[in-house]
Amino acid sequence: MTNLFILQLLNGAQLGVLLFLIAAGLTLVFGIMDVINLAHGVLYMIGAYLIATFAALTGSFWAGLLLMLPAALVVGLVIERLVIRPLYARSHLDQVLATFGLVMIVNEGVKMLWGTSPLSVPMPELLNGSIPLIGPLQYPVYRLAIIAAGLAVAAGLYVVVNHTRIGMLLRAGASNREMVSALGVDIGKLFSLVFALGALLACFAGAIVAPILSVDTGMGESVLILTFVVVVIGGIGSIRGAFLGALLVAVVDTLGRTFGPIVLRSVMEPAAAGQTGRMLAPMLVYILMAVILFARPQGLFGQRTS
Amino acid sequence: MTTRTKLLASTFAVLSTTLPAGAQELPSASDGVLKIGLVYTLSGPAAALGSQARDGFMLAVNQIKEVGGMPTEIIIVDDEQRPDLAADKARELVARDQVDFVVGPIFSNILGAIHKPVTETGTILISTNAGTSSYAGAECNENFFVTSYQNDQNHEVMGAYAEKQGYQNVFLMAPNYQAGKDSLNGFKHSYTGGVAGEVFTELGQLDFSSELAQIAAFQPDALFTFMPGGMGVNLVKQYSQAGLTSIPFLSAFTVDETTLPATQDAALGLMGGANWAPDMDNAANKAFVDGYLAAYDAVPGTYAMQAYDAAQLIDSAVRAVGGDLSDRAALRAALHKAEFDSPRGDFSFGKNNFPIQDFYLVKAEKRDDGKFQTAIVEKIFDDYKDNYADQCPM
Repeated sequence: MTNLFILQLLNGAQLGVLLFLIAAGLTLVFGIMDVINLAHGVLYMIGAYLIATFAALTGSFWAGLLLMLPAALVVGLVIERLVIRPLYARSHLDQVLATFGLVMIVNEGVKMLWGTSPLSVPMPELLNGSIPLIGPLQYPVYRLAIIAAGLAVAAGLYVVVNHTRIGMLLRAGASNREMVSALGVDIGKLFSLVFALGALLACFAGAIVAPILSVDTGMGESVLILTFVVVVIGGIGSIRGAFLGALLVAVVDTLGRTFGPIVLRSVMEPAAAGQTGRMLAPMLVYILMAVILFARPQGLFGQRTS
Repeated sequence: MTTRTKLLASTFAVLSTTLPAGAQELPSASDGVLKIGLVYTLSGPAAALGSQARDGFMLAVNQIKEVGGMPTEIIIVDDEQRPDLAADKARELVARDQVDFVVGPIFSNILGAIHKPVTETGTILISTNAGTSSYAGAECNENFFVTSYQNDQNHEVMGAYAEKQGYQNVFLMAPNYQAGKDSLNGFKHSYTGGVAGEVFTELGQLDFSSELAQIAAFQPDALFTFMPGGMGVNLVKQYSQAGLTSIPFLSAFTVDETTLPATQDAALGLMGGANWAPDMDNAANKAFVDGYLAAYDAVPGTYAMQAYDAAQLIDSAVRAVGGDLSDRAALRAALHKAEFDSPRGDFSFGKNNFPIQDFYLVKAEKRDDGKFQTAIVEKIFDDYKDNYADQCPM
């Protein structure tokens, strides 16, 4: 039982850092630019398709990853310029409609370009295989590498946000956009930067999960809802909130699925426990969100109160 | 040949909802043209399955040239995996286009939606994949034929294999929806050993790390799973990454030619149940597999094979009645004889118009040309009939 618990904690951490990479961009775009971007999940999907293409072209996962990063940045800048920029002055409903439209256009476009069958990205040789944990339990090296990569990005973001001039502007923008603009900062440039950074992180997340998951249209939508939960729990605009929120959501989700039925079995008969556990597990994350919002309506690290 | 292929734009779907539903007259069949409507899922996450079936059918049409010895017109529609839309499009095919046959679909819920609109007008419906139990039993229909299987059968194959191996402790996993539950029940129909754990995952779940951790902790004799489409691709990849391949992986609709291009080496050695595999050694199968490879540069799966047989079935029956499509009773009798050479070998219809055929244990392997396919390991059932045929009043 302890073994299973450790294994599931690792799984939770892996899902957590992944959610963090996506949520970090979403929370910045939402918090600083005040844009609701439903197409953020699409960027995650594009990242996966880009690495699938580049890895196939170069024959190497690492070369694919290197080529994917500048391409992702370009994709982010283009989407910001063409779709997001005209939406700054519009209402949230307009933004939701426009970005939802973007989701459909990109999904269909991806199907035209890459076809409808799921693609696959080969596991890099260096990180293939699994290492023994305890007893018969093993853990894939690649998933450990994802945890490490996610933590490294989180540390990098921490330094940038808290100890650089750009980070200072980001923090200032998240707390009071008008004031930053009034102080003479080129808000348009800042917005482009924020969006491109968010796009880059989401594409990176898509790229590093590609060897584990199948690369498929619609993979973005499946993570988008969880990502919004993370952003809301962590507090809109807060990177730190996104990090803790992502880990919290992922660990609750992973542990709930496994241990929910086991815990319930001690208080009710097995068949009923299994049934109830299956129903409760997917709800746990949303219950968590409701409880946190009840206690702290602005989220764990939210700054804006308006 | 006047084979005309048209894909209806989805805007037609909106228009079609205003058409009167269920025109009751028999479609006119005296125009000297054999009209066949294909209803498959050609967009969305499951598009790969419908595309294979369409390609398999069109391969047979192109090989036969004139199906049934008549000029042939094929109309292809996309059901978008939406039952309401599929029902409308099926009505269009029957009432407006006046097709003689409707062929398809992939999914059982789509079959449920188009079954009545098509069969009640006397038009022949040939399912090349979905084989719902109700239509095999009490609700069997003289205008409804199935070239695939009854839905439970592939799962029963795996149950019988697990039973034969003497497994005592099998871990069961399927998505939490009707077909997932049917799958596990089908498995248990022919397996009497113990169950180590039974997990229902969310439909569309892509990360199975939590479930794989449980399997690793339980160390069962084998895993049986039903994870169609993208879910299966992810499960297979993660299963091998988690180092679990020492536990036998038994599956249905999870390891096949639609998922193998994505899972590649990760699926090698994993097992499934099927009514056919591309490596079967007979002339009909060679013509089919080689033709498909040449035309589409991909290895066909059962979806393609079963649609290929539907075209052969239509061809054999229309030829038998000399192209006279107005005598429906004679046409149905000719269809029921199933006088064509199936790539799977033995094939005949039971009284419910569902196939009686052999079932095999298959295993994923790499071909000499670098592509992947399933290959036959052993025969599990000989001339196997479904469990519902006896309830059919026909």
